[in-house]
Amino acid sequence: MMNNLVEIRGLTVDRGQRRVLDALDLTIEQGSVTGLLGPSGCGKSTLMRSLVGVQQLAGGSVRIAGVEAGSKELRPRIGYVTQAPSVYADLTVRENLTFFARVLGAGAASVDRALDRVDLPDQSDQVVGQLSGGQLSRASLAVALLGDPEVLVLDEPTVGLDPVLRRDLWALFHGLADAGAAVFVSSHVMDEADRCDRLLLMREGRIIADGSPARIREQTGTADVESAFLALVDAAAQGGAA
Amino acid sequence: MNVRILLAVSTRVLTQLRRDRRTAAMLLVLPCVLITLLWWMFRDLPGDLFDRFGPGLLAIFPFIVMFLVTSVTTLRERSSGTLERLLAMPMGKLDFLGGYALAFGVVATVQAVLAVSLSVGLLGLDVAGPVWLLGLVAVADAVLGTALGLFVSAFAQTEFQAVQFMPLFVIPQILLCGLFVPRDDLPTVLHAISSLLPLSYATDAMEALVASNATAEVWRDIGIVVAFAVAALAFGAATLRRRTP
Repeated sequence: MMNNLVEIRGLTVDRGQRRVLDALDLTIEQGSVTGLLGPSGCGKSTLMRSLVGVQQLAGGSVRIAGVEAGSKELRPRIGYVTQAPSVYADLTVRENLTFFARVLGAGAASVDRALDRVDLPDQSDQVVGQLSGGQLSRASLAVALLGDPEVLVLDEPTVGLDPVLRRDLWALFHGLADAGAAVFVSSHVMDEADRCDRLLLMREGRIIADGSPARIREQTGTADVESAFLALVDAAAQGGAA
Repeated sequence: MNVRILLAVSTRVLTQLRRDRRTAAMLLVLPCVLITLLWWMFRDLPGDLFDRFGPGLLAIFPFIVMFLVTSVTTLRERSSGTLERLLAMPMGKLDFLGGYALAFGVVATVQAVLAVSLSVGLLGLDVAGPVWLLGLVAVADAVLGTALGLFVSAFAQTEFQAVQFMPLFVIPQILLCGLFVPRDDLPTVLHAISSLLPLSYATDAMEALVASNATAEVWRDIGIVVAFAVAALAFGAATLRRRTP
């Protein structure tokens, strides 16, 4: 009970005429890295937006530490990276971080720490608009690390990054989880699956598998998570046809 | 409302503006250039035409410029995802809008000081009332433009749409504010409409200041302009949604 930092009950979201999430139940424990994997359009971002509390819900509830997601007292405790790098292109990296740190009430020291963590200290005085794609998404990630959030919701934070950097960032995510945070990372790249403590495979708004990467492979009798995903989809299709 | 966050927003907006030299220059220089152009047009004509049209333009320029800049900048904030990120943080809606209003209010003050000094000092605009009050009216007009710009940015999906709110929200106000036809000479229906539009009061205030040194009416007009600005900000805050579909 204590460990379930996030509790999602019957989460239902409609976008336009389409039901994106339908009565989804999920709990996420403290101190772990949970990976949310699935093809684009499967509802990953919608689930993450619901966690942060910026998504309009058609039903159900999302509670973090017993409080409704998006409520005032939770907002300083959650770090959120949207899929598009949400930083100001006409400011330098440091100016961006300083601004968001002020909004959060985090000290100036947290700016330097966040810069170090995403390995951007050398680019700190560069205007964000001139950064490469990978540097840009790291700048956006750095904003989410300000103020030591208890829950990190990261929507595809490692897209387009150098493998070395990707490894370092996953190490960072685990470090934050070890320090007690719940880290929730989405990806559409299946090869990142093995880096998670717990894996959620998602397709068409439903979670089709939930467990450690090893367990999911074992259950489906496959060698890698991509094959496991395919096996699950095929099994579901046959089940539906039968 | 949180003053720390509001000031953080203002500082950031001003830093962005400082980076964007071209926009900053346009904001400060353009009204001066246009007023000079007006003065030059009327220079060889008999009568005090610059005294007749100048005050109205001093009211209109800051209004238009701020309306345009604000409607586009806030829209950019909505479409880039930074607004969503801010609203997921401890950012109040009024902190956000107030921060913008304050930043552009500062710019508007500099703009007003430049335009009024130029008109009165170099171009010989005769002002019967206190000149500083003329500047204050210009600032109030700019704040009004800022507030309306923030408001309309909620109804535009693209910057292209945002810019097109200008003919809808701004040009009718310019036509009816008394610059072309004194408001008292307008047909009854149009006079009634012009009494509902904030720019009419801004122009009235400018004209009153130029014509006499009685300031009671000017203060009333400034009050009306500020009330419109506050209402537009409040409506703007209502259009900011923390949860979106």
